[in-house]
Amino acid sequence: MAHEVWRQRPIDIGGGGGPRWPGGMPRVPAAALKAVAGIVGLLILLFTGYYQIEPDAVGVVQRFGGYVRTTDPGPHLKIPFGVETVTKVPVQRQLKEEFGFETTSPDVRSRFQTTPEQAQEALMLTGDLNVAVVEWIVQYRIRDPKLWLFHLREPRQTFRDMSEAAMRKVVGDHSVDEVLTIGREAIALQAREELQRLCDLYKNGIEVQQLVLQDVNPPDPVKPAFNEVNQAIQEKERAINEAWAEYNKAVPRAKGEAEQAVRAAEGYALERVNNAEGDAKRFDAVYEEYRKAPGVTKKRIYLETLGELLPRLKKKVILDEKARGILPFLPLEGKAGELKP
Amino acid sequence: MTSTLRAAAVVLGLVILYASVYTVSETEQVIVTQFGKPVGGPITAAGLHVKVPFIQTLHRFDKRWLEFDGDPNQIPTKDKKYIWVETYARWRIADPLRFYQAVTDERGGQSRLDDVVDGQTRNAVASYDLIEIVRSSNRPFQVTEELEGIGSAEALTKIEVGREKIAQVILKKAAEITPQFGIELEDVRFKRLNYIDTVQQKVFERMISERRRIAERSRSEGQGRAAEIRGQKERDILAATSVGYRSAQELKGEADAKATAIYARAYGKDPPLYEFLKSMETLKAGLDPETWLILSTDTELLKYLKSPGP
Repeated sequence: MAHEVWRQRPIDIGGGGGPRWPGGMPRVPAAALKAVAGIVGLLILLFTGYYQIEPDAVGVVQRFGGYVRTTDPGPHLKIPFGVETVTKVPVQRQLKEEFGFETTSPDVRSRFQTTPEQAQEALMLTGDLNVAVVEWIVQYRIRDPKLWLFHLREPRQTFRDMSEAAMRKVVGDHSVDEVLTIGREAIALQAREELQRLCDLYKNGIEVQQLVLQDVNPPDPVKPAFNEVNQAIQEKERAINEAWAEYNKAVPRAKGEAEQAVRAAEGYALERVNNAEGDAKRFDAVYEEYRKAPGVTKKRIYLETLGELLPRLKKKVILDEKARGILPFLPLEGKAGELKP
Repeated sequence: MTSTLRAAAVVLGLVILYASVYTVSETEQVIVTQFGKPVGGPITAAGLHVKVPFIQTLHRFDKRWLEFDGDPNQIPTKDKKYIWVETYARWRIADPLRFYQAVTDERGGQSRLDDVVDGQTRNAVASYDLIEIVRSSNRPFQVTEELEGIGSAEALTKIEVGREKIAQVILKKAAEITPQFGIELEDVRFKRLNYIDTVQQKVFERMISERRRIAERSRSEGQGRAAEIRGQKERDILAATSVGYRSAQELKGEADAKATAIYARAYGKDPPLYEFLKSMETLKAGLDPETWLILSTDTELLKYLKSPGP
């Protein structure tokens, strides 16, 4: 009876390559004991012969320690009793390493913390021999599960070491200002390339997908000085803007005033020329008539002028050489008594 | 009785079988010794293997790349700067038999590596300037406008070797020594470089003063530029006013000249008449009522005051 059960087992799992069961078993007197042993044996067979691979992983199967195959997601059978062992490697999953900080509770609003060891991780020398604190993350995928499992003993720690070395190498070739501001993208890109190069060199089966710089800061004691620079730059902008404001207030006005002076001069010029022409015309007219009777016209104009002038003047004195004195002219207006010598 | 014997034989057979087969994992390599003496070469192929039971002993060694962390160490560079240097290395047991003979186990191996790698690191770091260990190329730094011309002078010194090559020097020299322990050194790299605390303080101070310098310069640049703009303002105002004045004077001058020409042409026909007419006009306009007028009876006007004449 017992033999039959034992023989059927390899057929159950369909594994033709299974080992033969060595020898017989010690006789068991009770049938119940046999049944229990049979069930236990069946269970062990089930647990050691069946396995399942999750959709994001593959199974690496070793027989007596030697690699035999890699299996895809789904249910699988293997030779039981530890002859074949399977190691699951999550090849589809994107893995992440954090440097200089760690996410303590990933959530909508994740929490982060930095231990002293992580602070050391982030502290690095820049190419101009300054110090910067650089935090970054690396996202990667296991491309070759065989290499990942069999080529390095501590692939994850090694990857962290490589990542630190790569980042420091790249940061060591940039100035602190590049690290903090303009060079961030270039640094991330170069560090990623360097890290991938190291991965290929170490044959650790990793594909680096992304390297992203997180917080990049000057060391704490230096931070206020860096802020001061930003402030000073703002001040500079402000001083320049204020000066331009003054300029814009004054210069257009001065230009307008200059234009005004020019227009006024144009007016003056017109007036002057027109007046001159008028005067000339007038003279010409008088001259034309004068030429016809010069003597009498001249005398007439003289007498007319004086005739017009004399009544207007209030104070007049007429002298006669022969009278030897002043003969006050009788004023037409006012009194003689008002006259004072 | 026979069944007991049979059972005993089966157990014995199992024990012998168990003692004569062994597995080697993908990650392992094995050397077999017989009474302490190595038998055959190292077994590196993974899978099931057989040996002589009881008298042959297995020594398993890892086949993979193994980790090694250099002792974080304070080392002076050639230019007498004290820095903390942390290296890491990866190595593997290339010749397990020699490894077994020379250092017995991994602990022994690590200890040899401490001597070799740390020693070579120390030598290498001490024979280069700090900048050589920090930088790996002579790429020029990109500089933003505000920061132009600021930066420590030694950062501008050209490097000749560089970080990558110095690490390779360490690797090369150390790798020449390790084969005698059955070890193959795969890679050595600088993991961390940092100033020692006292130097770090100084560096921070320098960074602070450098930033102050940048800030001051930026401020005074702002003031300078503002003054320049104000000057420009003065200039542009004066330019505008003076150009305006010049144009105005030109216009006036031209008009005056034109007027003068017109007058000269007209009055030139009879200057005495002009003189006379202008005098008359001036007399009419120029004398106000309070003017004293002293007339002699000899004048043309008053001569008839004395007598009607001939």
